[in-house]
Amino acid sequence: MNTQTVLFEEDSKRLSQACLNLQQEAYARAVFLLDKDGQLLANEGEIDGLDTTSLASLTAGNIAATGGLAKLLGEKEFPVQVHEGDKESIHISLIGERLILVILFDQRSSLGLIRLKLKHAYQDILEISQDIFDKPKEEMKSVFSEITDDDIDDFFGLD
Amino acid sequence: MSFINYSSREINCKIVYYGPGLCGKTTNLQYIYSKTNPEAKGKMISLETGTERTLLFDFLPISLGEIRGFKTRFHLFTVPGQVFYDASRKLILKGVDGVVFVADSQVERLDANIESFESLVNNLKEHGEDLEKLPFVIQYNKRDLPNAVDLSYLEEVFNPRGVQSFEAVAPTGQGVFDTLKAVAKQVLVELKRGDRQKTP
Ligand SMILES: Nc1nc2c(ncn2[C@@H]2O[C@H](COP(=O)(O)OP(=O)(O)OP(=O)(O)O)[C@@H](O)[C@H]2O)c(=O)[nH]1
Ligand SMILES: [Mg+2]
Repeated sequence: MNTQTVLFEEDSKRLSQACLNLQQEAYARAVFLLDKDGQLLANEGEIDGLDTTSLASLTAGNIAATGGLAKLLGEKEFPVQVHEGDKESIHISLIGERLILVILFDQRSSLGLIRLKLKHAYQDILEISQDIFDKPKEEMKSVFSEITDDDIDDFFGLD
Repeated sequence: MSFINYSSREINCKIVYYGPGLCGKTTNLQYIYSKTNPEAKGKMISLETGTERTLLFDFLPISLGEIRGFKTRFHLFTVPGQVFYDASRKLILKGVDGVVFVADSQVERLDANIESFESLVNNLKEHGEDLEKLPFVIQYNKRDLPNAVDLSYLEEVFNPRGVQSFEAVAPTGQGVFDTLKAVAKQVLVELKRGDRQKTP
């Protein structure tokens, strides 16, 4: 099984749109979509000043650890985690087998509202992601065949 | 596995530093962090115990430049080397594109290196990966110490296949970037070949 993720422009737009809709409807501060390796596929909302790469890798590490715990206990997975802070809260949920949706929210929203709006968004995002992961392999291969040995050598000559 | 984003024109690859406890994995990342331009690196995250031993992982995203208009980033991870963290080590290896095995050259760490090497092979297998088919380099670290074993002996034990290997003194940076560049280059060559198959 090849689990490489390739995100094309049009799919990226669709994912971003779905995240934006969710962010607005749920009055969330920000919405992030990443894969289980911690690669960020979309982020919408108030993300200025947020270290999104760190957020993605920590969330993926957290999900991996929680998934390990679930297996120890004979559960397939724990699909939802919520952490409520004084001001900021975070809702983490699995979408299908490979994606993680992170919703940051504050007093403008509520856990109930997040849950309600997520129900609608879940199916949307799942369908788009299935399109992404089902893309034929040939289309992906062409990406790399454009890279030449010289490109790779130049890349390392730089510094 | 690597991630290609056409929308933001990025290629991200995952490199894992693996090896026994205290062999110098975290020190490798710290050195890389200290010598990389601010615009080329993200934050280094270390999830460690109160005594600076890695608990879950260290993480450092760096970008080395562009290829064909794609920003090429490497996400560097270290695993926790202590024996009882094997479950965490296995998690970190998921989706790996390239591996650096950091060996501790000290004679009294020989068995710890062997044990760690075996766990690397086995943990990869559980993810359907074969070390012999992955981009892979070996770093013999702590060459500065008087009790360091002869290089030829280490090569014989750990490198029968003759993969690229480097001598290092991680705190001073000796061998650190050579190691990183070698594995990163192998990863890119592998991406270009694009036909690595996992064995279930
Ligand atoms: N003399 C010497 N000391 C080193 C070298 N590399 C690392 N050290 C020291 O060894 C100790 C452990 O290094 P770390 O980088 O934390 O080891 P680690 O592999 O990350 O250990 P874990 O997180 O437990 O797996 C530190 O005190 C380092 O300064 C080296 O090449 N020479
Ligand atoms: Mg460490």
